[in-house]
Amino acid sequence: MKKHFSSLLGAVLATGLLTSAPVASAADKVTMGFIYVGPKDDYGYNQAHAEGCAGVQKLPWVKGVEEASVPETTAVQETMRNMIVQDGATVVFPTSFGYFDPHILKLAKQNPKIQFLHCGGMYTEGKHPKNVGSYFGYIDEAVYVAGIVAGHETKSGKLGFIAAKPIPQVLRNINAFTLGARSVNPKATVQVIFTGDWSVPVKEAEAASSLINQGVDVLTCHVDSPKVILETAERRGIFVCGYHANGSKLAPKGYLTGAEWNWSKVYTDYAEMVKAGKTLAAGTIPHLVRGGLKEGFVKCSDYGPAVGEAAKKDAEAAKAKFMDGSMVIFKGPLKNNTGGDILPAGQEYKQQDIELEKMGWLVEGVLGSTKS
Amino acid sequence: MSSTPEAKVAVATPAAAAGRPPLPWRPALEGVVIPVGAVLVALALFGLFCFVQGRNAFAVFAAINKAAFGSWYAFQNTLVRAAPLMLTALATALPARLGLVVIGNEGALVMGGLAATVAGLAVQTAPLLVVLGVMLAAGMIGGGLWLAIVGALYYQRGVNETIASLLLNYIAIALLNHLVNGPLRDPSSLNKPSSFPIPDEKMLPVIGSSNVHYGLFFGIAACLLAWVLMEHTTFGFKVRMIGGNIRAARLAGLPVALLGIITCFLAGAAAGAAGMVEVAAVHGRANESLAAGYGYAGILVAFVARHRGLPIILVATLLGGILASGGILQREFKLPDATILVFQGLVFLVILFSDSLYGKFGFFKEERR
Repeated sequence: MKKHFSSLLGAVLATGLLTSAPVASAADKVTMGFIYVGPKDDYGYNQAHAEGCAGVQKLPWVKGVEEASVPETTAVQETMRNMIVQDGATVVFPTSFGYFDPHILKLAKQNPKIQFLHCGGMYTEGKHPKNVGSYFGYIDEAVYVAGIVAGHETKSGKLGFIAAKPIPQVLRNINAFTLGARSVNPKATVQVIFTGDWSVPVKEAEAASSLINQGVDVLTCHVDSPKVILETAERRGIFVCGYHANGSKLAPKGYLTGAEWNWSKVYTDYAEMVKAGKTLAAGTIPHLVRGGLKEGFVKCSDYGPAVGEAAKKDAEAAKAKFMDGSMVIFKGPLKNNTGGDILPAGQEYKQQDIELEKMGWLVEGVLGSTKS
Repeated sequence: MSSTPEAKVAVATPAAAAGRPPLPWRPALEGVVIPVGAVLVALALFGLFCFVQGRNAFAVFAAINKAAFGSWYAFQNTLVRAAPLMLTALATALPARLGLVVIGNEGALVMGGLAATVAGLAVQTAPLLVVLGVMLAAGMIGGGLWLAIVGALYYQRGVNETIASLLLNYIAIALLNHLVNGPLRDPSSLNKPSSFPIPDEKMLPVIGSSNVHYGLFFGIAACLLAWVLMEHTTFGFKVRMIGGNIRAARLAGLPVALLGIITCFLAGAAAGAAGMVEVAAVHGRANESLAAGYGYAGILVAFVARHRGLPIILVATLLGGILASGGILQREFKLPDATILVFQGLVFLVILFSDSLYGKFGFFKEERR
């Protein structure tokens, strides 16, 4: 037995010596690194980014390197470093929100020639390294459209929203969904449940069951992976709107539509800029990139079989207004769900309004509290 | 009681007394061959897995070696990941010598990180060494008290230590979330609620020009101290006596509860120091990233190292290396991200299994019979 071990050991060492040649990298290729906090096939946040990586790799001169399930610790710093040093990446996309501070900021300082592009963070001039940029999509536009469809198809008038945390990005989607639904069905309510974390499938399934038991007949969510929520809704025979990525495969009967990211478009734009020699530090790549339906950053899933003509008509009308720029989601008169005023009649928050990025309220029609 | 070490020495020399040539290197060799053999068996099993996945197993091994230990650059990656594991492993290893299975590492790390943050913010204008000293003390006390609760519940009220420490993890994480969402929250941390930050210049620096922070020294020092304490002091001897036979220890007049609670405090202090290092060297603030799983990984390290201080350093480095090589399997071999967990699971299962082989081979006996 011992003999076998030593011969195996010899073989391991020998192959180690033979195959330790460096990874070849073509100089004319743009190497882009993509880092995800969860698995690439979560039907959610990470899958959306992985699809974006697959999309940009259709360009023959782009080489994408990917790492999934990288925690928001020094692990992501090491991953970024390896992509830069070992794979020759000149631009990295660490996609999870928690990668930004301190991890990206630290590596960006150490690697001033590399472009660090982060999803959702806020680049602050003068405070952050110049080779850091941020991109995000106004996905609340697609969520608003999903709300319109949900408002049409609900019979009980009770909609359910399973959310991770009461933070501005999430509250904005809850409010957009509610406003969309109530724009066509003023009596509709949205019951919200916060699970407290980004990926807790057991709690998400429990929340889905509990909402359905209370009479909710359309569910949607903002968690990292909508998988169990889609599956639970389908099994219980109710409707569901997807989030992050297309989930119609998991709920072929009940899937109405969904708000999806279109990162292929964003990553392809960046690849073109990098190839043209543009950099964040020189200011030729903008530090803040934002866009909605009009810019192609987000999209709506194709309608499911249960969506009626009336719903499609209203949804398409809203989409058309987003496309021509005339739609404003948050406009007065707007009340919060404890009876207070958010906006008086005649005033509005446009998409770019910084107030929306600090959102701490829930609009009238949402059942639930940010304190829960 | 104090005469027992001498008794041990007397027992160890029957071979010499009988006039046969002693072979003292053979038991020592057993301690090397069995773990090394276990790693090789695990490599063979993992090679089979790679083969099934359609990859050249030897190329994968070479890549793992290259990414974890192949160069100083790669080894830094390993050390960065190993540093917190050395500290959190002690939180299981020390009480294990009492015969307790404590798995409250994650909670103690979180409480240590929280205490270190609060203390660090309170003295942030003081000189660097004062800030770091206060943070370390606060972190160790925070984590220590947290696991002292486990010891007190066990020795005073008979509450099962494993369940108590597991539940305290959840409480600690809930407390962390509550505090960073409420009283400690920096209002500018919008989408990732966090405490106010420790100033950059008051953070724990990296060692020289490397990427490794001083937390690694804390880890190695703590493991060495734990080793000396447990193997070479009367305190350690008393603790091991409680672990060996708690009734005999009571009959011998040992203050069992006090010793047990102190040991649990030290265990928590080690994990609390890991929390302090995470805040002071990595995150600069307290937020949900503190509960990143180092505590749970530490349980694994402690068991594989058989709860001994010195082997913990090695096992933590091995696990750090395995984690460090996870990336290259994805980037170079396009293997799924769970592959490294398969590898880690195989290595540790085989090592734990190999525990049952000690004393089974006649070759490793001190004398031939």
